[in-house]
Amino acid sequence: MSGTQQVLATGAVTVNRPHRPRWHWRLRSSDLTWATAFVVPYAAVFLAFAIYPIGYALWMGSGPSLYVDLIDDPLYLKTAVNTLLFAGLGVNLQMFLALLLSGFFMRRRWWIRALLVIYVLPWALPAVQAFTSVHWILIGEMGLVNRLLEELFGIEGPMWFSHWWLALGSNIAAYIWKWMPFWTVIFIAGRMMIPKEIHDAAAIDGATDSRRFVHITFPLLANLYLVCTLLATAWAIGEFNTVFFVSNGSPVMSTEVLATLGFRYTFDSAKPALGVAAVMSALPVLIPIVIILLRRIQAREMQL
Amino acid sequence: MSLAAASAGLALARRRQRRRRVLIEAGSVMLGLILLIWSLIPVYNMFLIALDPEEGEIEFTGNIWPPEPSLDAFGVVLTQADRYLEHFWQQFGNSLFIGLMTMLLTVLIGSLAGFAASRMRLGHGSWITNTALVTYVVPAAFLTIPFYRVIHSYGLSNDPWGVIAAQVTFATPFAILTLRHYASLIPLELDDAARVDGASSAQVFLRIYLPLITPALAVVAIYALVLAWNDYFYQFVLLTKPSQMTVAMMQGHMFEDPDAAWNAMMAAAIIYSLPPIVIFFALRRYFTAGLTMGGLKGTTP
Repeated sequence: MSGTQQVLATGAVTVNRPHRPRWHWRLRSSDLTWATAFVVPYAAVFLAFAIYPIGYALWMGSGPSLYVDLIDDPLYLKTAVNTLLFAGLGVNLQMFLALLLSGFFMRRRWWIRALLVIYVLPWALPAVQAFTSVHWILIGEMGLVNRLLEELFGIEGPMWFSHWWLALGSNIAAYIWKWMPFWTVIFIAGRMMIPKEIHDAAAIDGATDSRRFVHITFPLLANLYLVCTLLATAWAIGEFNTVFFVSNGSPVMSTEVLATLGFRYTFDSAKPALGVAAVMSALPVLIPIVIILLRRIQAREMQL
Repeated sequence: MSLAAASAGLALARRRQRRRRVLIEAGSVMLGLILLIWSLIPVYNMFLIALDPEEGEIEFTGNIWPPEPSLDAFGVVLTQADRYLEHFWQQFGNSLFIGLMTMLLTVLIGSLAGFAASRMRLGHGSWITNTALVTYVVPAAFLTIPFYRVIHSYGLSNDPWGVIAAQVTFATPFAILTLRHYASLIPLELDDAARVDGASSAQVFLRIYLPLITPALAVVAIYALVLAWNDYFYQFVLLTKPSQMTVAMMQGHMFEDPDAAWNAMMAAAIIYSLPPIVIFFALRRYFTAGLTMGGLKGTTP
């Protein structure tokens, strides 16, 4: 047995949640009262502002004719595809890069620590303002990106919002810019939970950095990675601000996602029920995501 | 021969190792530079436009450096001297009220529920977390229209509390998850010892739980504030009176109007961006402690 295996074998206990006695404190009746009192505020918020609106949404979007209308609208199919591309590409790119970058930010250099603070800045910036700025960066010839391309390399940049794929790509890039820092910080925290002895032992056994990543870091972070990816996917499917303020649907509503299409149906065409139906059509994708999420969290405590 | 060859080989290996180290160092500097530019370009662009003195004219000619930087636009915002910015400070106050109340209520409700879920030994305390996560089945932006109707039926239309309720609803599940996880790292025996000494649940909550989870509370507080600060959709749908307008709504209006003064818009954006950043830096010590909880065990510097 190599040193790595030994430490992994003994380390398995410490990596999992701390040991806790199996017996349960028998709840005294006064404790039960307290517990109820502690949960009541949240239960009230949950019932009044989560369950009731969700139920109301299901009821609003329950007419089968609404879905016939949706399928008949070519804009809807385009939007559904956009949403899948946006969430699929955006989330996977962002999570993978965040995982790699979290390794970079683990390096002990003063300037890397300082950089982390700047790197987290996009997350702390308000979405509307940040995405408006991104919109102006890409707005044709006057935009900062095209100006830089011309000044530095003499290239004439493309009209970012005139092509479907460029506009969609801009939305995805803006989304990654805003949210990757958040997940990077979570992965940094996850990496810090890995006992240093495991890495040391692997290093003694002669494992290179890349092998340590594949055989130690990634397996130990896999559950966290999956949980975060699922959560991020659920959030990305419902993203509104990015698309509304970066491409604003252009060219001609071809880069809308479900949330912004629901907005257009409701406020531009005054069809709120159709708007709700449009977003509710994502439930067949969202429900399995949340079920897997719950299972993963329950299977093992989230290893942050 | 052997000694000379061995030392030559050692020197070669050492040189190779040094070259490798230099390469890694150069690579990480490159990556650092790319990340720096990537993170800061939209921020730089905000300042670029805000510092451009041309006002009202649509001709932002596209510079990469402000030719005559001026703080006029900031003056316009501070003195509310633009038709969109007439009530900027009132709007700022409205945003601040929504943000701080969301923060406060999320921390309060989240910590109470988190305490019950993780410290009260409710058999399966995890059902609280699981139920809370159901909230994420339907993303926040999908629920605005039903939420508008529901809020109306509660008689909270046109009330900032409706927006606060929405933000708290979507911030607390994450809060409970984070607090529950963090609390699982604190030995339950501490609670037991206090209980043996006759402490009630409320006392355990106030004297033991809250002080020990302060770092996680800071994470939750920042998260809730940023969530409320990012919001545009709920404020747009739930608030209609001019006196209730928030900065995010005002910026949305300016965004839609091609004739709006761009530099003032960006100056307002920069000013509005400050509170979360200030609070983030103020709580940064707790924040890093909260996110690297348990890290003590793994990495000692």
